[in-house]
Amino acid sequence: MIPAPFDYEVAESAEHAIALLGEREDARLLAGGHSLLPAMKLRLARPSVLVDIGRLAELSYVRDEGEHVAIGALTRHRDVHHDPLLQVHCPVVSFAAGTIGDPQVRHRGTIGGTLAYGDPASDLPAVMLALDAELVVRGQGGERTVPASEFFTGVFQTAIAPAEMLVEVRVPKRAAAGWSYTKMTRRAQDWATVAVAAIVERTNGAVGKASIGLTNMGATPLRASAAEDALAGGATIAEAAALIPDGADPSTDYAASADFRRHLAKVLGRRALEEAVAR
Amino acid sequence: MAVTETRETFVGTSVKRREDASFLTGRATFIDNLTLPGTVYMAVVRCPYPHARIASVNLDAARAAEGVVAAFSGADLAEDWKGSLPCAWAVTEDIKMPPHFPLAVEEARHQGDGVAVVIAESRALAKDAAELVEVDYEALDATADVERALEDGAPLVHADLGTNECYVWKLETDGVQAALDAADVVVTRRYVQPRLIPNAMEPRGVLAQVGPTGEATIWSSTQVPHILRFALQIVLGIPEAKIRVIAPDVGGGFGSKLDVYAEEALVIALATRLGRPVKWTEERSENYVATIHGRDTVHELTFAATKDGKITVVKSEAKCAMGAYLQLVTPGIPLLGAWIYNGPYDIPNYSVTFTGVFTHTTPTDAYRGAGRPEATYVLERTMDALAAELGIDPIELRRRNFITEYPAELASGLTIDSGDYHASLDRLLELLDLDSIRSEQTARREGGDTKLLGVGFSTYNEMCGLAPSRILGAIRYAVGGWDSATIRVQPLGSVQVVTGTSPHGQGHETSWSQIVGDQLGVALADIEVLHGDTAVSQLGMDTYGSRSLAVGGVALVHASEKIVDKARQIVSHQLEVSADDLEFADGTFRVKGSPEREMTIQAAAFQAHSAHNLPDGMEPGLEATATYDPPNFSWPGGAHAAVVEVDTETGDTRLVRYVAVDDVGAAVNPMIVEGQVHGGITQGIAAALWEEAVYDEDANLLTTTMTTYLVPTAAELPSFETDLTETRSPTNPLGVKGVGETGTIASAPAVINAVVDALSHLGVTDMQMPATPERVWRAIQEVEA
Repeated sequence: MIPAPFDYEVAESAEHAIALLGEREDARLLAGGHSLLPAMKLRLARPSVLVDIGRLAELSYVRDEGEHVAIGALTRHRDVHHDPLLQVHCPVVSFAAGTIGDPQVRHRGTIGGTLAYGDPASDLPAVMLALDAELVVRGQGGERTVPASEFFTGVFQTAIAPAEMLVEVRVPKRAAAGWSYTKMTRRAQDWATVAVAAIVERTNGAVGKASIGLTNMGATPLRASAAEDALAGGATIAEAAALIPDGADPSTDYAASADFRRHLAKVLGRRALEEAVAR
Repeated sequence: MAVTETRETFVGTSVKRREDASFLTGRATFIDNLTLPGTVYMAVVRCPYPHARIASVNLDAARAAEGVVAAFSGADLAEDWKGSLPCAWAVTEDIKMPPHFPLAVEEARHQGDGVAVVIAESRALAKDAAELVEVDYEALDATADVERALEDGAPLVHADLGTNECYVWKLETDGVQAALDAADVVVTRRYVQPRLIPNAMEPRGVLAQVGPTGEATIWSSTQVPHILRFALQIVLGIPEAKIRVIAPDVGGGFGSKLDVYAEEALVIALATRLGRPVKWTEERSENYVATIHGRDTVHELTFAATKDGKITVVKSEAKCAMGAYLQLVTPGIPLLGAWIYNGPYDIPNYSVTFTGVFTHTTPTDAYRGAGRPEATYVLERTMDALAAELGIDPIELRRRNFITEYPAELASGLTIDSGDYHASLDRLLELLDLDSIRSEQTARREGGDTKLLGVGFSTYNEMCGLAPSRILGAIRYAVGGWDSATIRVQPLGSVQVVTGTSPHGQGHETSWSQIVGDQLGVALADIEVLHGDTAVSQLGMDTYGSRSLAVGGVALVHASEKIVDKARQIVSHQLEVSADDLEFADGTFRVKGSPEREMTIQAAAFQAHSAHNLPDGMEPGLEATATYDPPNFSWPGGAHAAVVEVDTETGDTRLVRYVAVDDVGAAVNPMIVEGQVHGGITQGIAAALWEEAVYDEDANLLTTTMTTYLVPTAAELPSFETDLTETRSPTNPLGVKGVGETGTIASAPAVINAVVDALSHLGVTDMQMPATPERVWRAIQEVEA
């Protein structure tokens, strides 16, 4: 309820934020705060300084960049959910953003925050993985682009270096693809017990090529590679769905055992693929 | 619907709650809003282990920290306690009642047991410094499991007792065994009812100020200011007459604030030592270990019946978790259900046994329904099991056993004054349209749908309106069950009502105004209801157990009658007519046959205060106090039905409809009744589908936050369909019974019966609460294997 003592700095620009981050090793960026602040109130997170980037309006945008849609890191989930550009070109992103937490969380939480936090139970990491999105990270030496497949490195761990910040997410346009984000939660606002993001290319009304992202099936969001390969090789949805948990190492917690999560991944994966083909 | 003052009576009308304006506009007064000049703040250092020896407590670093005023270990404060935190219900003569002091000294017995306190100039500084307290713990073996705790060699919560068995309490009629032997059918089922964690919106909080001559004032987020006051004398030795307890706006209780807590004694002891006001506000995560829990029982329930479904025996044996210590009424909670193991059914042979068990857990105590949800759950689940065994429709089986004649003397020894269980069930079935649900259920099953429907019933009764003091005495409860009302008609005619009940969300200010408004014929706007301050309300037994209306509400009627009687004498004297010749209606006394000769009660009040012309010997003023001790419990009942949809592939279970028909006697304010029913139902459904305090094998609580302890929200629930049937209680002049707990008592078994019904064709016969997706899925796997 009461965080450990910390200092507070307001960043006036992205560069300023990066400079402030470089001053102390355990500095943390504060964006929407809906993951970090609860962790601090439970004293599970104890940064000595918070760098508030909440006022950096220049990082809140959704832009058409030709092959991809660029989303500023400070774009709130609510805005991602309602963005017309995303709804046309990357509908799975706007849909998944609309399933995060509850309305309060969606009005405060940001796309950059949820990706940079690296929680494998969060929704957008698996979606970005399935979409082969790219993440733009800026540090004192400039920007670098990290593919989603290399971004998530462990539980609450990402490829962002200590004095770097995530500034943009680049999502390939996939307007023609079928898609689904199928999630099971205990309560509406809970983290996914398991969720499956499916993006499919259709060939004659069947799955041609599919990318499948898994939420809360391991330390990081995962791709269901075995199932993807099977589909590419002509397997049916039911056959491929049975392979979805291959290679996953889900945890056992209050919401489900690891075994049950593996089972759910198959069921939700089959449903996601069926929905994606039909949509 | 707003009321108009032209209505014949206020009682029976959905008057808008006068309480809500302050809540909705952010002007309520909760403990955390209250600060006195010079206030310092307490933080409690709590044991992180389920069981530990406290080798040493080093407070040096905490005392040296910024803003710290003082820090004390349990040993430092031991001399301040004149008695243990009280347990008011020694349910048997040989019950084991280990002492329980506000801070542990040598041994901590559950996670959250307080071991030291730090007092600082701000809440945050106190919390920071509390982290610097170095406690050398030696972790000891522990168990949170009531069955394991009774096994040989189990870790003992209180080693000096030599056992974890707190008590064995039994109520049995003659001839139970013979009736079991003679039965056509005997059905026995085992039920585990998980531990629940109350989540009031406002956690607990206390603020204490002690004056130079030792007079103590404590503001506490409590349901029981009067009980707290005398308990504090027991713990602290301060004469009760010098203690004032104020319960300002209290943000929810559900029984969790029907208690006397360590922190309430601590802040007074510390305010005495430090000469400054001391305040403590509970953190939500503290609430999960330092405020009482509910339920946590393992039952074995047996029915014996004839082959045509007449139940001849109910026999219950239950192990009930006490937790690590006995709080105010911990051992008595199972007993609050002990007389309703027959429910609304006529069952001639009766046997109920409770074994109270210490475990290394937060103490249990009253949680909405308190003993009655536990009883109703095992009863209504076993009704369905017996129906399946006999091949009789569950509704028909219930009807064949309903009590139909009143007063109904129960085998258990109590008497139900009134009811009509068939009427509630009839109305329920009208609302439900069971035929279409059954045909949809069949269509889905036959069509191979993975989303199956189930419908479950619960017909119930409960005993509330706690309670006749003589009966409480007979079952060894330490305090009485009466309540009081004082009514003061002011010189210019407005009315102050002082009640001994202590509302914390129930809307007594509104309902009590309706009752007094009718009795005295005065406008609602002219009535002010005062409560929750022992200096204002001297006499009272507080609010819990659905008792306030059926006891405190009736006291209002009796006090009103005294007011009218005195006013009548004044009017009789002034109009020079016999008191018998005066009629009183709508606030005005009129002379029979000469209605133009009249005097209002307001005018009589002015005369009473001016005292210029009162009957000889009459004392001035127009004030009356009545205390009311009910002659019987009150007996609400009704019929509930749940319709669920179960996803057989994921186990995900969703409630799609919930229909409740309750008989709570006369409804003073139907809108408030409906609110109580909705909230109560939600708490029972929560237990059926979501909430469960989970411990690991070493008694570590795993569900420590609202992220993992799943309190459902409106998003998870359908709109409930509710209605009332009414049989007025003949026991009291208002005809009321009580409504605070009915929904919680009735709803959990209806939901679980529905889940089992959805899967019954697959062979599923049981489902443990809460019916999590994984439990449901595994149950299907087991029968399919």
